[in-house]
Amino acid sequence: MSVGHQVDSDHQLARLLQIGIVLEEVVEARSYHHYQSLDDARLDPEIESLLEHAAEESAEHRERLEDLIDQLDAESVPFEQIEALVEAQYGSTEPDDFDDVLYDQLCNEETAYKFYDDLVGALRASDATFGIDRDRLVDVLVGIREEEADGVEAVTRIMNNRS
Amino acid sequence: MNTADQYVKAIYLLQQMEDGPASTGDLADRLEVSPASANEMIGKLESRGLAEHEKYKGVTLTDDGIVRARDALQTYCIIERFLANVLSVEEFRTEARELEPVIDDLVAERLDTIIDRNPECPDCFDPETDACCHLDLAERAEVGEQRAD
Repeated sequence: MSVGHQVDSDHQLARLLQIGIVLEEVVEARSYHHYQSLDDARLDPEIESLLEHAAEESAEHRERLEDLIDQLDAESVPFEQIEALVEAQYGSTEPDDFDDVLYDQLCNEETAYKFYDDLVGALRASDATFGIDRDRLVDVLVGIREEEADGVEAVTRIMNNRS
Repeated sequence: MNTADQYVKAIYLLQQMEDGPASTGDLADRLEVSPASANEMIGKLESRGLAEHEKYKGVTLTDDGIVRARDALQTYCIIERFLANVLSVEEFRTEARELEPVIDDLVAERLDTIIDRNPECPDCFDPETDACCHLDLAERAEVGEQRAD
């Protein structure tokens, strides 16, 4: 076991980017499920818009990560596979109401932010050479991280307005 | 998972295997660090009330240390299970050890929403095979590793 916080090979980097893709896919699939689980009478335009935006943004982040993975000659993780896993486990974690939906979205955004923040930190701490331009890699990840930070703010704002 | 968590998890597993205190040498070997580094971290764990060190006997986790170790082991189980069952990684043990320092508990919790983890986790973790005993691929991967040897 290596004790530390470094990323030092293309293989490890590709695996971490795959995990990022899965996290985005989980957000996308759960947002879709939340949206489906709320019937028309209960749909709140603000939450509807939040879920829609979250799903779109995750799909877009996934594409950016897939582009990086392609350059490392590694494979992505098919969305259908993760969607099926989310579906299989969703029943036991299905939110009961809007507050639960918002809380789940907050967890999604916070988790994604933490993941990218740790990854950027680990890349900056490493002096390894990757099969992809390091500055570009860090720029892409920092860009995604900032959008996750905006997402945390957006959910928090809605939660505060509703409390 | 931070460095302290990796240490308490390793001590917890060594204590299980030895049925007694974990020796500093075994701990250093398991974590692939020098005995001096292991000793330094043991001192830090002691000052945080997570472990007790007795000269010539070894390290024992306190109750707080055990709680922390079990949390860390659960996170590790999630990473192993995710690699083996979702990404179909054959060398999931090696890769889990590599990823462990970079994967935060929060991230592991989210990955946990798509894996079918046993409720008894982390008691399902077998320190001898270094894997969850319910892991679907455990047997197959072990055979693969033996063949590779």
